[in-house]
Amino acid sequence: MKRTFTYRLHIFLFLLPALILFVGILIAPIVMSAWYSVHDFNSISSTKMDFVGLDNYVTLFSREMINPETGKVFANDKFMGDALVNSLILAVLSVFIQLPLSLIIALKLSKGIRGERAYLSIFFMPVLISTVIIGRLWMNIYDPGKAGILNAALRATGADQWLFPWISGRITSSKLAFTGQWTGFRETALGAAFVPILWQYVGYHMLLMYAGIKGVPSELLEAAELDGCSEGQVNRHIIIPYIKPILKVSVIFAVTGSLKSFDLIYALMKDTTKAELPSTLMYKLLFLHNRYGLGSAIAVVLIVLCFAFALLITLAFRDKGEKVS
Amino acid sequence: MRERKKRKLKVSTVLVHLALLVLVFINIFPLYWMLTFSLKTNDEILGYSYKDPETGVRVQVPPNHVGLPHQWEWSNYAEAMNTGNMGQYFLNSLVVSVSAIAITMVASFMATYALTRLVWKGRKMMNKFFMLGLTIPIHASIVPVYIILSRMSLLNTYMALIFPYAAFSLSMGILISTGFMGDIPYDLDEAAFLDGCGVWGIFLRIIAPLMMPAIATVGIYTFLQCWNELLFATIFVSSGQYRTLPVGVQQLFGQYTTRWGPIGAALSIATIPTLIVYIFLSKRIQDSFIAGAVKG
Repeated sequence: MKRTFTYRLHIFLFLLPALILFVGILIAPIVMSAWYSVHDFNSISSTKMDFVGLDNYVTLFSREMINPETGKVFANDKFMGDALVNSLILAVLSVFIQLPLSLIIALKLSKGIRGERAYLSIFFMPVLISTVIIGRLWMNIYDPGKAGILNAALRATGADQWLFPWISGRITSSKLAFTGQWTGFRETALGAAFVPILWQYVGYHMLLMYAGIKGVPSELLEAAELDGCSEGQVNRHIIIPYIKPILKVSVIFAVTGSLKSFDLIYALMKDTTKAELPSTLMYKLLFLHNRYGLGSAIAVVLIVLCFAFALLITLAFRDKGEKVS
Repeated sequence: MRERKKRKLKVSTVLVHLALLVLVFINIFPLYWMLTFSLKTNDEILGYSYKDPETGVRVQVPPNHVGLPHQWEWSNYAEAMNTGNMGQYFLNSLVVSVSAIAITMVASFMATYALTRLVWKGRKMMNKFFMLGLTIPIHASIVPVYIILSRMSLLNTYMALIFPYAAFSLSMGILISTGFMGDIPYDLDEAAFLDGCGVWGIFLRIIAPLMMPAIATVGIYTFLQCWNELLFATIFVSSGQYRTLPVGVQQLFGQYTTRWGPIGAALSIATIPTLIVYIFLSKRIQDSFIAGAVKG
């Protein structure tokens, strides 16, 4: 086609709505966040911003964050290092517990078991429910009072008799005894948060893997069967290598999802300090303490980490693929 | 005969089904429990005691944890709708989600057309640029967009959520549309061009009508992202009038910390419509998630 000025203008016009949205709301804010993160910036109504270099980043990873108004240390127990470690623990749990579980279910379902569509649809269902709802529902499940179903079940079976003292013995962050406050102690809160995450997202990864397995050419599977491969061998040598691109997507999703995670912890716990994540820390700094510079520094750390992990995971999957072929 | 049939039913198959049924139970039970406690009174949930008027003995009634409600307490739903304002939040979520979908759809179809069917230098680069959006966390936008919205007095409006939601759905919209648009034969463009259609004519008359299947896929994906989003919604829309469903549910817990029934009702009101839609469109909804991930 012709490359006239009008042709170029039309191309530009077609791209314009997307560009305005994308640059205005995603790209420009990244630059702005980076700019804010090197400034001391505590009020959005005033335009006064003091350049502080990397001070915000240093503050973020040091143990003392002083509230300038009160002079009090307000974040001695919720600094960024802990939050990052927590989100990485969630990432590790997701990759090494959630994804294998999803893969096992997907492998079993895709082999033409009776009622596979019904199973698939039920397992995927929690993905559609808002994470806030799930967090709140689990808050009720964990409720330490009479109504909480988990503790009621433990009491009914007598498991609380040995389980609660056992957990109490392992709690070092507090002198209180554990009597079923799953989200109340640092030692239990993160695990309590992981269970609903597992519950919600196993179905998501399972669906993707299932779709991938259904895409494996049937000739490959038939040939393997003729060669006398066992089910395990077929899974290991044919199906899993074939769906590697999907496994990559799942790993990236699980890791970056854990870094970004906010909704569940925010809905699940009255006090997020017990399982602080970068997002909940950022929320507090911004909207409880008006520390926009510090909050922006967290945003920048998250952007960098998300891209770094996406890149690393892509590289890891590519290298292995090359060795195989 | 009987023995042969028995042998055919392999033990391993039975075990697999058993394991899958356990998973089904784990998936369904929390929702069943939510529905039942949404219809119970606090007394029934927590248990209570009363003094028997004839004998004068205190009678303990244990909590009813997992059973169906003894007395169906529909007033919990009325309370969640009226006092809890769930109806308004539901409407807000709908307005925001549908508007964001419309904007995402138009912007991503137009961009995809320019990126895949018009020939120009740099279109591959531009496509990669848009795909960055799949990795950019929404945290990147929070502070700058909050500040811009507050300076323009746009906090606590529908706009405050519609445009950010559309922007963050755009990359996925373009990714999904690229797949669908690639399936439309290129001969059609050429034929239309020879018939005197310009680029807009081709887009509006040929491409757009053939993108109907993409509308469902992009629409479903975007809808679920917007419908369930919390972080932007809590920060940009804190006022009651424009709160979306997730924020509304979150606030409701502040109001009813100890009243289980209305809380359960609010959770159910926010969940049931999605599940009903899922029952009818399960394949379509699953396909839209697959389309979004597999090509990524």
